[in-house]
Amino acid sequence: MENLSLMFAPLMSSKLMIVLVFGTLFGLILGVLPGLGPTTGGALILPFTMTLDPLSAIVLLTAIYCSATYGGAITAVLINTPGTPAAAATCLDGYPLAQKGEAGRALGMATVSSTIGGIFSVVVLVFFAPLLAQLAYEFGQPEYFALAIFGLTMLASIGEGSPIKNLIAGAFGILISTIGKDFMTSIERFTYGINELSEGIGFIPVVVGLFAISEMLTQSTLLDKVFKRVALKAVKLPSLLDYKKTWKTILRSSGIGSFIGVLPAEGGTVASLIGYSEAKRWSKNPEEFGKGSVEGIAGAEAANNAATGGAMVPTLALGIPGSATTAVILTGLIIHGVRPGPDLFREQPEFLYGIFGSMLIANILFFIFGFFGAKIFARITLVPNKLLWPMIFAVSVCGTYSLSQSMLDVWIMLFFGVIGFFMRRYGFSVVPVIIGLILGELVEGTLRQSLVIFEGNWLLFLTRPIVVTFFILSFIALIFPLLRKKKI
Amino acid sequence: MSNVQKQKRASKNLPFFFKDEFKVSFTIILVSTILLFSTFTFDIVPPILNRGIQPATFPKGLLLLIISLTLVVYYLSIKNPWKIEKKLPKTFFLTLLSFIFFIIVSKTLDFFLAISLLSVFVSYSWGERRLFYLILVSIIFPIIVFIFFETILGLRFPPGIITNIYYQV
Repeated sequence: MENLSLMFAPLMSSKLMIVLVFGTLFGLILGVLPGLGPTTGGALILPFTMTLDPLSAIVLLTAIYCSATYGGAITAVLINTPGTPAAAATCLDGYPLAQKGEAGRALGMATVSSTIGGIFSVVVLVFFAPLLAQLAYEFGQPEYFALAIFGLTMLASIGEGSPIKNLIAGAFGILISTIGKDFMTSIERFTYGINELSEGIGFIPVVVGLFAISEMLTQSTLLDKVFKRVALKAVKLPSLLDYKKTWKTILRSSGIGSFIGVLPAEGGTVASLIGYSEAKRWSKNPEEFGKGSVEGIAGAEAANNAATGGAMVPTLALGIPGSATTAVILTGLIIHGVRPGPDLFREQPEFLYGIFGSMLIANILFFIFGFFGAKIFARITLVPNKLLWPMIFAVSVCGTYSLSQSMLDVWIMLFFGVIGFFMRRYGFSVVPVIIGLILGELVEGTLRQSLVIFEGNWLLFLTRPIVVTFFILSFIALIFPLLRKKKI
Repeated sequence: MSNVQKQKRASKNLPFFFKDEFKVSFTIILVSTILLFSTFTFDIVPPILNRGIQPATFPKGLLLLIISLTLVVYYLSIKNPWKIEKKLPKTFFLTLLSFIFFIIVSKTLDFFLAISLLSVFVSYSWGERRLFYLILVSIIFPIIVFIFFETILGLRFPPGIITNIYYQV
């Protein structure tokens, strides 16, 4: 109870409230602009957070995460293009409803269900993150190794696209993390005589390259695409009939989204697709789906916003990111000297509950801003790409350079931008690369330390029950796509 | 027949070395093999100091995993070919070219000049012709970004013909 009262600390601090309001507005802008989103936006703003104290920095990043996830729905409804990948399922019914002249009703339903989904997931976060952290006290090096392997296999299994390609991308991410001096022996690996590579490749150049620069290249191929924008008069709160029709869907999707969010993968995207299909399966009027069903909008939006809180559970409790955006938040925590994990819950509860509280407030704020300001935010989509992307390039370059004041980081960013473009073109998701990069040190470190404990005997891994459980779960995660004949 | 099916059927008729799946798999395997060979040049820890595995073992394992999985991807693509991607437009190559110019100009002349030139080049090649907007993206916006990073983050940008004037070097 004492800890729960800490959740409302942000309300007492004018500085945190300013950060929250700014983060929510900035997140909405990022969410509305197709191609940008919480991951790219978070990575771009990370250098600026260095001027803030750790709590304000993480509050800013989480506010962006929550509101950008919702912001994607505005573009999905009005121009039939998801502002973020997590809003893809919202297009299916949001745009047809908007075409019928009910854009305000579609956005109202998206706003309400996003807010309920987001708040539901914060409740899940508040109750489950401490429990998971408690469990993590039992973990030694071998258990952390097995957990990281489980995280990567889950990512491959339930992420978007082909599981084998996801595994390749994840292994590539881990490989990038091995560049530089080996942490146990100081022997240089893949540095090829470049001194600046001794410290390894930074997270930010890779993220900005894979997301922002590769997106810029993608946009350069889509210049002939014309968006048809539906006019919006005002956002309308759902009617009593709409609430009656959708409350079960919203609750179900909130549960689905929170659960999927906890699993390491690009939670919001997968959650919204599952939330949408479950809404259709349980609906009394499935024939309305795809033609402007409010249940479809509610199912997708409640799920993708519920995934935000869910994804924060493993990030804070175990230091394992639940999505690409939480990987950026995790980096934010690390560069501010905060090490997520069980000790954080014991030693800095005010910090953690401040984050929980700010996520709760961010969900309420984007409801207010979305409700009253969707019309203004929708106008941002009118900024032409030929002006927007050169500006984003300027911010990307300066932001990447600013972290360690190294031009090598800028070259690395451009290199990964090109790699990311071709990866996406040929069906390799870039998200596993990010998760692999951030988990790489953990995977290798815990493996090698475990082998030291086991005196080189690999079979001793199988004597630890938690390790065996994670290995079995990893195996199931790997064969699951084959069982359901998912595309390879 | 859907477009994707048509594209897949068209892909089946191409010789194997022209297919995307071959080119992509071949590139991944080639790069991974080169990297795998380079791991043999890593220093070896003497047995007395070695704790656990050698520093090269883990990257070797990863590279072998990537090569094996890529072979699986290629094998599966024989049965189920990828759809043919559209040809990349001229604007893509111009954007890519602007990155190369950016690297050359920022290394030889000035970091900010490079940003300005890239911005005007990309904006123009993507179809912007209005002078005010070209000035906005190439001069006004980079100046705002420069001042913001310089004053708020206290960042010192690399030396160059323009930044040296600002820093009065």
